[in-house]
Amino acid sequence: MSEVKNFLYVNRKAPHGTIYALESLEVVLIGAAFEQDVALAFLDDGVFQLVKGWDTSELGVKNFQPAYTALGDYDISKVYVERESLEERGLTEDDLIEMTYEDEDDDWAEKSSIRIVSREEMAQIMRDSDVILSF
Amino acid sequence: MKLGICVLEGPYQHEASDTAYNFAVAALEKGHEIFRIFFYHDGVNNATRLMVPPQDDRHIQQRWSELAEKHDLDLVVCVAAAQRRGILDEDEMKRHGKDANNIAPGFRISGLGQLIEAEIECDRVVFFGD
Repeated sequence: MSEVKNFLYVNRKAPHGTIYALESLEVVLIGAAFEQDVALAFLDDGVFQLVKGWDTSELGVKNFQPAYTALGDYDISKVYVERESLEERGLTEDDLIEMTYEDEDDDWAEKSSIRIVSREEMAQIMRDSDVILSF
Repeated sequence: MKLGICVLEGPYQHEASDTAYNFAVAALEKGHEIFRIFFYHDGVNNATRLMVPPQDDRHIQQRWSELAEKHDLDLVVCVAAAQRRGILDEDEMKRHGKDANNIAPGFRISGLGQLIEAEIECDRVVFFGD
């Protein structure tokens, strides 16, 4: 398995209410070991996965938001968030958690992984991906 | 074409596993290769041999098992998703000290790496779910 493909994990669902978001994250974490070119996309209600300040204490479920901020440690540096999905929900980039990675081509400088893209750009990102895992 | 299939929804509740099955049958009829069928999220519930649907309804698990036997298909159930939902094979039963297992013939329990491998090996992996 020497071939490297462009993986795009598409997250379209709210973090709570269903298990899709959590189990999608589990695929991303396992998949990171396969040394593929990985990107994440957040659109529709999926953008709520990145809204900071989760409090799951009264839901009785684990707060797995810290796992998103750790993705940089798994060499995941491309996190695309769809602008229209944010706007439709009254959200801006300021509402999102910080996600960073260390850029090996720039003396390991810490940079933001989050890139706000338009719906049109998101469509192009999907077209350019070899593999799309949609959860 | 070398295809993978990923089933994300449980049987009966949701049409996704029916559609995935019909897709698999149609793909095989057209001469495509199915590298693997991976069951994730509530899709793992397709793999319980203990389901007893009414006799005049389709038997979703049996249908998968028969298709797997006929075409030598690799039906893989995600171990993490399966454990949460009580889908166990004999090894998992022993490991977790449970008194029963329920995996159906033709299915095997393995890790998410099997899905990633399918993505790498296949020309297309088609997801069935919401």
